[in-house]
Formats: sequence, structure tokens, C-alpha cells
Amino acid sequence: MILRAERRELGSCRAASLILTQSACVLALSFCVTACALAQTSAVDEIAKYRAALQDGNPAELWEARGEDLWKQKRGPKQVSLEGCDLGLGPGIVKGAYTRLPMYFADADRVMDLETRLVWCMVTLQGYNESEAKKQPFGNGERKSDIEALVAFVTSTSRGMPMNVALKHPKEVEMYQAGEKIFSYRGGPHDFGCVTCHADEGKRIRLQDLPNLTTREGAQKAYTTWPAYRVSQGELRSFEWRLYDCFRQQRFPELLFGSDASIALTLYLARNANGAIFDAPAIKR
Amino acid sequence: MPDPMKIRATTVGDETEVKVLMSHEMETGQRKDGQGKTIPAWFIQNVSVTWNSKTVLSAQWGTAVAKNPFVSFRFKGGAKGDKITVTWVDNRAEKRTDESMIA
Repeated sequence: MILRAERRELGSCRAASLILTQSACVLALSFCVTACALAQTSAVDEIAKYRAALQDGNPAELWEARGEDLWKQKRGPKQVSLEGCDLGLGPGIVKGAYTRLPMYFADADRVMDLETRLVWCMVTLQGYNESEAKKQPFGNGERKSDIEALVAFVTSTSRGMPMNVALKHPKEVEMYQAGEKIFSYRGGPHDFGCVTCHADEGKRIRLQDLPNLTTREGAQKAYTTWPAYRVSQGELRSFEWRLYDCFRQQRFPELLFGSDASIALTLYLARNANGAIFDAPAIKR
Repeated sequence: MPDPMKIRATTVGDETEVKVLMSHEMETGQRKDGQGKTIPAWFIQNVSVTWNSKTVLSAQWGTAVAKNPFVSFRFKGGAKGDKITVTWVDNRAEKRTDESMIA
């Protein structure tokens, strides 16, 4: 009975709309378009305001301080600090190193991103075994991640410097191409890929704007604001975490920490962000 | 031992602005863990800030304050080089004190 009543109503509604003149229809439609656009921009504005309000006193500084301490402390079986670690600019040079990563390291014969390189240094300099060094790549409440703290410290010293990722070594070129391929690869139970969300302008997930990472501007804006303190998680998140979580959201197999796939994607995005001023650790919702 | 605080104090004109960032879980006591057990409340209860051993801010906090709290306030009379000391005590009686100079 209820179903029928609804049908009747629908029918009368259709009849009413037929009576409407064409101009009125257009008017009604255009009103909706403006109203919807207005609602959307004001939400975006409000998020921008929220971010600005958080800017002061970014808790990422707590990670930076802890990371600096970890960098200088004598740790591991060999009881040495990471101050002799070569992040690409020579042993112990931290400032600006992040703007050139990922890059090819001859000693490891591999293209490495910051996280992978930190693990490398913890293994070769401090004498940790690899699984020990990698055991807590991402923090979770009281189980803090040393890697994320070190990432916060190292990246903070590159703030204000332009991204400058070279593709000189053949392995770097190969990695970049692999990254590009993974970025546009669609698969998994949802037939998803990075491109599903990040290859068009004006896309959103809930209220968050999604950057178009295939454009220079989009890649620059995104890459230069990671790592970031995630207010909703109360954690500082590294770029490896960002990719790891994107893979999870796509229902892809787990993206392994320090894997070639992770480094390839990072290199692809870092290179596309070249020229932009690095401005992280940032703060995000 | 809790992580250190970040304290920044600057004097502009006759006012000194103090900004303090604290590292604390600030557990509300409302959340449940993976097994469904309530995570006990754990939060900073008392905060005090002194300027050359004179108290300029004294606060009692509860569970409504966010994780890794940030507090900012101004007072009159501070001068460059003066000592600012911040202390917090949480409900587990854990305590942290840090110092900074007014810049």
C-alpha cells in the first residue's frame, strides 16, 4: 500500500515538473549548482582555517626533538651514533639531504629513500640486525617509532629548501619509471589504483581535497607537506606511512616497508615535486 | 621519563608570549583497546609556569585537553634572558619540568 502511495506521489510530481516552464527549470538547476558549490568552498575554507589554527605549536616538533636526540645518541650493539650516517651529501650532513632523496647509493648498490637509508645506517653503523631496525616503522600510541622520529628530525633541517631530485644514475631512471607504472596500475578487489583518486582535478575523499599528483603543481603541494603530524592519529607520519596507508585503502597487498615498490613511488613523486620549496614536517587533520 | 617540552618565550613591547608544547598521551578513560577493555584515563592534571620563580600561570586540566597539548599565554613584565620554568604533573604522579630563557 505504501509503495503505491509513493508511486502516485511520484507521478503527480512528474506532472508538476512538466508544467514548469523551461526557464524556471534552468533557474532551479542553476540555483542548486551555486548552492552546492558554495557549500563545498566554505567547507574547504573551514578546513584551511582549521589547519592555520593548528600551525602554531605543531606537535611534530616533539618528534623532531626526539629524533635529534636519537641521531646523536650512541646506540646499538656497536654503541655509535648516527652522526656518521651518509644520507647522500656525505657522512653526517643532514641539512638539505631530504631534498635530494630518494637517490642511488653506491655502497648499497640500490636506490634508497630516507627511511631505507636510516635502516641501512642503523645496520651498518650501529650493528642492529635489519629486522630489529625495521621492527617499528610506524608509531602507535605508546609504542613509538624511532624511524618516524629520525625522519622528523632529518626532514626538518630541509625546510625552506627547494626539492632537487636528480635522475642521473640508470637505476634512478629505472626506479622512476617503475614508480610511474605502479602509480597508474589498477588492480585489487576494487580495481583501484593511485590514479583513481589522484589523476583528476577537484576530487575529494569525504571533505578532504585530493591533489592531482600527475600535475607538477599537485605533486609539489603534496610532496613538500609530508611528513606530517596527523591530528586524528596523534602521530607523526612519514612518507612511507602515507604510501602504506594508500595501499591499504586501495585494498592492495600490504606495501612492505623499505620495498622497491615503496621507493619507486616515492622517487616518482619526489622527482615530480622538483623545484618546490620543502615545507615539512607539516600538520594535517 | 616523559619526553621534554618545547618552550618558546618572546618579549614584544611590554608583553611576553609563552608557548609550550608538551608530549603526553592524554588518555580520556573513554576509549577501549582491541580486547574491549577500557584504557584507563591518563592525563596532565596540574600545570604551572614560573617567571624568575614567580608563578605566572597555574592551571588544572582534565581529560578534555588534546593529546600532545599546546598552551600559549601572555604576561607583563618579562625581559630578555629571564628564566621561564614549566612543570606538569599527571594523574599517575609523573612529572616533568623544563626551562627556557625569554628571547
